[in-house]
Amino acid sequence: MLSEAGLPVIEATSFVSPKWVPQMADQIDVMKGIIKYQNVSYPVLTPNLKGFQAAVAAGAKEVSIFGAASEQFSQKNINCSIEESLQRFSDVMKAAKEANIPVRGYISCVLGCPYEGVVAPSKVAEVAKKLYSMGCYEISLGDTIGVGTPGNMAKMLSAVIKEVPVNCLAVHCHDTYGQALANILVALQLGVSVVDSSVAGLGGCPYAKGASGNVATEDVVYMLNGLNIQTGVNLQKLMDAGAFICSSLNRRSGSKVAQALCRL
Amino acid sequence: MGNLPPAVKHCLHNQQLIREYFWSEQQFQQEQVIVPTKVKIDFINQLSEAGFPVIEVTSFVSSKWVPQMADHAEVLLGIKRHPHVKYPVLTPNLQGLHAAIGAGATEVAIFGATSETFSRKNINCSIAESFGRFDEILRHAKEVNVPVRGYVSCAMGCPYEGNIGPAKVAEISKRLYSMGCYEISLGDTNGVGTAGSMKHLLEAVLKEMPRHALAVHCHDTYGQALANILTALQMGISTVDSSVAGLGGCPYAVGASGNVSTEDVLYMLNGMGINTGVDLHKVMEAGNFICKAMNRKTASKVSQACFNPC
Repeated sequence: MLSEAGLPVIEATSFVSPKWVPQMADQIDVMKGIIKYQNVSYPVLTPNLKGFQAAVAAGAKEVSIFGAASEQFSQKNINCSIEESLQRFSDVMKAAKEANIPVRGYISCVLGCPYEGVVAPSKVAEVAKKLYSMGCYEISLGDTIGVGTPGNMAKMLSAVIKEVPVNCLAVHCHDTYGQALANILVALQLGVSVVDSSVAGLGGCPYAKGASGNVATEDVVYMLNGLNIQTGVNLQKLMDAGAFICSSLNRRSGSKVAQALCRL
Repeated sequence: MGNLPPAVKHCLHNQQLIREYFWSEQQFQQEQVIVPTKVKIDFINQLSEAGFPVIEVTSFVSSKWVPQMADHAEVLLGIKRHPHVKYPVLTPNLQGLHAAIGAGATEVAIFGATSETFSRKNINCSIAESFGRFDEILRHAKEVNVPVRGYVSCAMGCPYEGNIGPAKVAEISKRLYSMGCYEISLGDTNGVGTAGSMKHLLEAVLKEMPRHALAVHCHDTYGQALANILTALQMGISTVDSSVAGLGGCPYAVGASGNVSTEDVLYMLNGMGINTGVDLHKVMEAGNFICKAMNRKTASKVSQACFNPC
């Protein structure tokens, strides 16, 4: 349904070990089962070489890796330093290059960390530069706990743009504090033209129970339409997809547009 | 953006209760919550403590039409007035103005619409007739030295007429301003505005009115409010209306949100280094208080995140 809606990139699944994340145990089935539209890219997350190999075997044509802008977050999340985590990915980068598979890099905690608090823009720029020089074609800057505001979004982006060309940057804003659309607007004003989001705002925040997490794609598209930005995405079809998944998961949509128009 | 000194004006849910009442007769089943007078007074006192420079207290509308506002005089007389805080009240007609002044009001507000259909359905008269009423109010308010703020509804779209041209909004705003309103608050009544349409709207209005006399009153029905407010700030607007806990639903879409939450606006302004003089923590406490009293969940994402930490 998402492919039908016109989204150019749909992250399909994560090739993480099902031992750790049972919800992703069907990664191969999902990857093989979806209809792959011609002009749509279906990247998958690959936390290590084993995951990468399994992803390629299942037909993946694009993968993603991730680092953090905060040492403490890196330690607590994946048990190693930022530098060590990037070195672990060098195997994946090498294999991906040999197989001609583009790799996207995510950076967590770009506007704040649940452990360290404030994260310096220079640190984000440093990690972005490393991922870019390792071979990532695009770097997605993630406000993992949604604490960012237009103030620090602008400062962070200004620092990163000095190290990585703006057309290779994306923003991944969380809406935990309701700031996502304002932050995305600032990013657009600074030249960023790739925005991550999640239909119906699925995906909560593990750091604040009951709080929202991902920004809802429907709300982002509504804003972009209002700005006359051509996305090629059909908002009605997007809302249909949102209605479908919310009904299946028996939960309310996190999208205000959907709530207003479809009473979800 | 610099260090703008915005006045964050709190627009109490009472205003939305008026609209909810009118619309409940039309097609929606709205939950009519009568908030006890003492609770309203406590709440407003907490807001004064939080540092708001302006708190809209109540509406002097006839209690026959809006029973939730029957205690308007009692509330206005009961609150503790802080010296640096203004406590305007809504006055839909001359009778309301007299009653408001009788109860000690020192500032009032009137509201016009840009859409004929909305004007007729909301206040039972045409735009032209409503201006007749405003003229009476403004003349009398001037005689007794009471400043009047003007609201313009449907500034970015109308639930009946759809798109509203920025030129029309500019015309209505200019008229209210030249009649004597000291400030005009542009209301995105059904929350359909976006950063794009906010920019076009303000470009048109700023041709007719000085920046310092404008405010924005954004609704968050489509999640666009903060982006719209940001756009307004970037264009030099420095007065923003909001509602603690985002109280006040949208009568045009059952279950959808309405007013933008003050907490979320403040969080953004603080993050931008804008000095508002308002204490976010006290605002969240006030929000927590009123939500408990009304037995409802806050609409503020900042409050949701802060009151449920892991």
